[in-house]
Order: sequence, then structure tokens, then C-alpha cells
Amino acid sequence: MKALTDVDFDVYPSEVVALCGDNGAGKSTLVKCVAGTHPPDAGKIFFEGREVKISSPHDATRLGIETVYQDLALCDNLDVVQNMYLGREAVRRFVPFAVEPLSEREMEKQSLDVLKSLRVTTLMSVRAKVAQLSGGQRQSVAISKAVMWNSKIVLLDEPTAALGVAQTEQVLALIARLREQGLGVVVISHNLAEVLDIADRIVVLRLGRRAATFERGEATPDDVVAAITGSRMLKASGDS
Amino acid sequence: MSSKDLTSAQTSPDEIAAVIQERGLRGSIRTLTRLGLQRVRQGELGPLPVILGLIVIALYFGSQTSWVFLNARNMSNLVLQIAAIGAVAIGIVLVLLLGEIDLSVGSIAGLTSAILGVLIVYHDWPWWLAIIVMLAVGAGIGAFQGAWFAYFGVPAFVVTLAGYLAWQGVQLRVLGSNGTVNVFEPHIDKIAGSYLPTYWGWALGVGVAAVYAAANLLKQIRRRRAGLSSQPLVVLLVWTTIITAISLGAVGYLNDYAGVPTAGVIMLGLVFFFAWLTTRTKFGRYIYAVGGNVEAARRAGINVRAIRIWVFTLSGLMAAVGGLIFTSRLTAASTQTGTGTFLLEAIAAAVIGGTSLFGGRGSVWSALLGALVIGSVSNGLDLMSQPPEIKYMVEGAILLVAVTVDAIARRGREAAGR
Repeated sequence: MKALTDVDFDVYPSEVVALCGDNGAGKSTLVKCVAGTHPPDAGKIFFEGREVKISSPHDATRLGIETVYQDLALCDNLDVVQNMYLGREAVRRFVPFAVEPLSEREMEKQSLDVLKSLRVTTLMSVRAKVAQLSGGQRQSVAISKAVMWNSKIVLLDEPTAALGVAQTEQVLALIARLREQGLGVVVISHNLAEVLDIADRIVVLRLGRRAATFERGEATPDDVVAAITGSRMLKASGDS
Repeated sequence: MSSKDLTSAQTSPDEIAAVIQERGLRGSIRTLTRLGLQRVRQGELGPLPVILGLIVIALYFGSQTSWVFLNARNMSNLVLQIAAIGAVAIGIVLVLLLGEIDLSVGSIAGLTSAILGVLIVYHDWPWWLAIIVMLAVGAGIGAFQGAWFAYFGVPAFVVTLAGYLAWQGVQLRVLGSNGTVNVFEPHIDKIAGSYLPTYWGWALGVGVAAVYAAANLLKQIRRRRAGLSSQPLVVLLVWTTIITAISLGAVGYLNDYAGVPTAGVIMLGLVFFFAWLTTRTKFGRYIYAVGGNVEAARRAGINVRAIRIWVFTLSGLMAAVGGLIFTSRLTAASTQTGTGTFLLEAIAAAVIGGTSLFGGRGSVWSALLGALVIGSVSNGLDLMSQPPEIKYMVEGAILLVAVTVDAIARRGREAAGR
């Protein structure tokens, strides 16, 4: 069965691209293709002008493509620093053995720097356990974790789905700062108002195909809804 | 991290420092009490319940035995009684941190004890070689069970339950028809049958306090130099005083009788080592990560399977260490070694000490604290000449209370989060 056909889309540095579509339109599958968790059967991915093959999450990470999934993948029982460095801990190698003592000071300092540069300032302490953070703070930590490894593209799967109004604002502001810092951001979202607010480009998927592409300011909410539901054929201008 | 943020939950050293600097002594005590209560309500209990429990237990048994319970000889005895359980409980803590359970540790202790006895007594092996073999067998069994769990996905509960039965069978087979092997080997006997000379005891006490003070002072200096938040000197001073008092007090007390028991030193050394391993190394961090959220650990590139196998290996190894101490204490390897309440006492010690059954929360220190509770109750009831059936009932009740505290704390955490 084919889940996706003809779904070209681009993302450039300092740009936020939103992927929209109804349930089952193929948004998540498309993100998984790029993230390497679900390598595509056909199609091409170009990264910085050259064709690349992404057949595992590791390939994606090495290129600088990081993904923040809906369920966040944070460990509740660890603190913010420990989570941000999970799997990539800074160590001191003075023991000629597999046991590697951690370099806590370095990790704490780097984490503080990254959080500060992204202006994630609502945390009380980077040594607070993630279980004690609010939903917005957790999402901010998950996103900061993704961008601290010289990544160039960040894929965000429904980053605000479970959040309240104020926390959503927090995360949207963070996304705007990622753009300021020169990252390419791909956001999957259901929330039209939010998409129209932050996205430089909106790509609408419908039944596994790209239904429309809108540049910023080009589309009204009605146009996007129409493209999502397919209620009316639309002359999509970004489609050239 | 200014003081106005203090309405939320965590009390980290940074906040304590901020509070003390900004509110003076009276105000800071009030604020810290409030933060502490908040933390308890949110289910981050740490070792608090068990320390309170220990004080209650000590006072109760003390008053019931006209303070014989608390005298130097009995405390020395208590240390010897808990050394084996404490060592095994360290392994159990590691397994619980993963969110798993190991039911085979009692049988592993029994089997390796039998191997030790038979090798030394029947085959005239040198004591050190026999010890190496018994430890290797324990670690090997743990690795085998860990691999079975990690590769086939059979719940660890079931794999180690099978081990519980099977290794006990092997233990009986190794001991043969005679049943009990008396191990009168001077080196082995010394493990649980000797005491540090008085001056070495004092040196140990001073050493522990000095290392604690130096390590923490260095840490704070380095943090300050790195531009990170650091504790005020007062906090460090208070803690150093507490640690010094406990350490020198314990040594002085034990020296009043026969000195610090060697088995106690071994157990303490193991606790220190494993506490370092779990909190200061990559390996330890990964144990907590796997126990906290397997999926997150896997996505972070952690080799979950390898961590699981290693943890069960260490659990088997520590069971063998427990078997060694136990053999030395009884100067015998018998068909009863490691059976009966041994397994449940080790698990109870870990849980009572504050390590969560739900994975990812706890510390190696809980093995020591929990073993102290279990040992004190058992020792105290013996002094009051209560029969074993009472002992079983009381220990069962304590385990139930400890697990209930854990479960309620967990609910508190879930309600507080988000």
C-alpha cells in the first residue's frame, strides 16, 4: 500500500515550514521518512544541495536532522541536564576501562548556555527533575535537547498538541527563536491559527499527496481548510 | 534562579543557597520547611522515611530490652548480621532501578556458598581460587539470566523465578549426600570473624570524614570557578559535621566492643563503590535512564540490552559476595544457606531503604539503610525472645508498609507532574 506519493517539499535555513493535513493524510509518515525511522521506498532527499540517503535515525542525526516526537522521549526521573545529554554524555577518560566518569560541570554549563541562548528561562533549576516541569517546559527541554548538537533541521511532531494557551505561546516563541538562529524547522500541526501565525510556508497533505502549498500571508484560514478537506479544488500558487 | 521562583517544587542546593542569603536564618528555616513539605507531598521522599523508621525502631527495641539492644556488643553483632543481606541488597537495588526484579539471588548465594565449601574442603583448593570461582559463577549465572531476559523478552520475574528453583537444585547436588560442609579455613573465617584493630578503625572513621569534606569542598570550588551555582560554605560545613559525627561515633562505639567488623568495612566499601558507579558514570546514568523510560533510552542510542545484561550480572555477583560473607559467618555451607527468608529480606532491604519498585528511582545507599532496618527488627525481636513466627509477621508487615509508601509516593509524583 502506498502511504505517500508526490509529496515534495523544501525547507531552508531560517524558515518554518508547517505540514498540515487531516488524520491519516501522511504527515507523520513523511516526517518519519526524513527522520530515518521509516525509510522511503522511493524518492529523493537533498540536503545542502547534494542527494543523501537516510536509512536510519543515525543517518539523520549525523546530517544534523533532529526529531522531537509527540511523546517527547524524556526520562521523568532524570534532571534537565541529564536528559539533554542522554546518550551523549561528556566524560572524563582517565580510567582505561569501559566505566566512564561523567563530567557534570561541563554538561551543566553547556546546557545552561543552550537554554539561555534559546531564552528558555522559566526553568527554576537545570537540576530539577523533568517530572516536576510543566508541559511547556518539558517541550522546551525536548526541543532544546534536539538543537544543541549543531543540528540544521528540526522536525517537530505536534509540539503544542497537549499544551495550554500560555505554554503554547512559550513553545511558539521558542520555534521563532530557532528560526532566528538559522535552523530549518518543520512543524506538524493541527492547529490552523498557530500554523498561520508561525509558518513561512504551509504544505497541506491530503490522502498521501501534497494538496497545496501556501507562502506566508498568501492563504486565508478558509483556503487552508479547503485544501485539507478537499472540499473545493484550489489553484495553489506555491505549486509551481 | 531568583528567590521569586521558589514557589515551585524543587529544593536544589542553588535554591537553599539563595534562600539563606536572602532571608536570614529564621526566614530561611521557614521557607526550607515549606519547600520540604511540598516535596514530600510531590512524592520525592528520598531516604527520609527510612531514617525516621530507624530512629523509632532503635528507641522501641532499646526501651524494651533495657537498652541492651543499643549497647556496643549488640551493635557490633548487628553489623555482622546485616553484612550479607546488605551486599545482596546492593545487587537488588541495581535491578530495581531498571524496573525489574531478581528472585534468584538467594539461590545464587546458596549455590556459590556450596561451591566455595566443596572446593575448599573436599578438593583442597586454595581459598583465594575458590573465592574467585564462586564469584565468577555468581556473575555468570546473573549474565545468563540477564541475557535470557534481554534477548528472548521473557519477563525477568519469570526467568529468575526459574533460577530460584533451579539453582537451589544445583546447590543440593553440589553439596551431595552429606548436606552441610563445615568450612574451617582461616582466611574465609576472618571475613566475618575479625575486627579492625582500634587504630585502623579510627583511621577509617577519620578517612571517611576527610574524603567527604575534601571531595565536596573541591566540587564547590570547581563549580564556582566554572561559573556555576555553588552551595554556601555553611551548608557544606553542616553536612561535614554530621558525616564526621556519624562516622567517628560509629567507630568509637564499635571500638568499645571489639572494633569495626571487617565484614562491615567490606559492605561499606561495596556501597561506596556502587554509589559512585550509579551516580557518577555513564553506565550508572544509563541504568536510571532505562528504568525511567526505556523508549527514551533506546532513542538516545543507549544499548538497552547490554545495560540489562550487565545489571543482572552485577546482581549475580553481589549475591555471590553475600554468599561468601554468609558462609564465613556460619563457618559452613549448608543446604539451608540462602533459603528461607534470605531472598525476601534482601528485596525488602532495598525497598524499605527507599528504592522504588517501579524503576528509575532510588539509591545504592538504600541497601544499607534497609538492611539496617530488617537487621534491627530481627535482632531486637531475638533479644525480646520472640519466636520466629512473630519475626515473619513483623517483617512481612514492614515490607508491606514500605511498598505502600513507595506506591503512594508515586501517585503523589504523578499528581504533581504537569
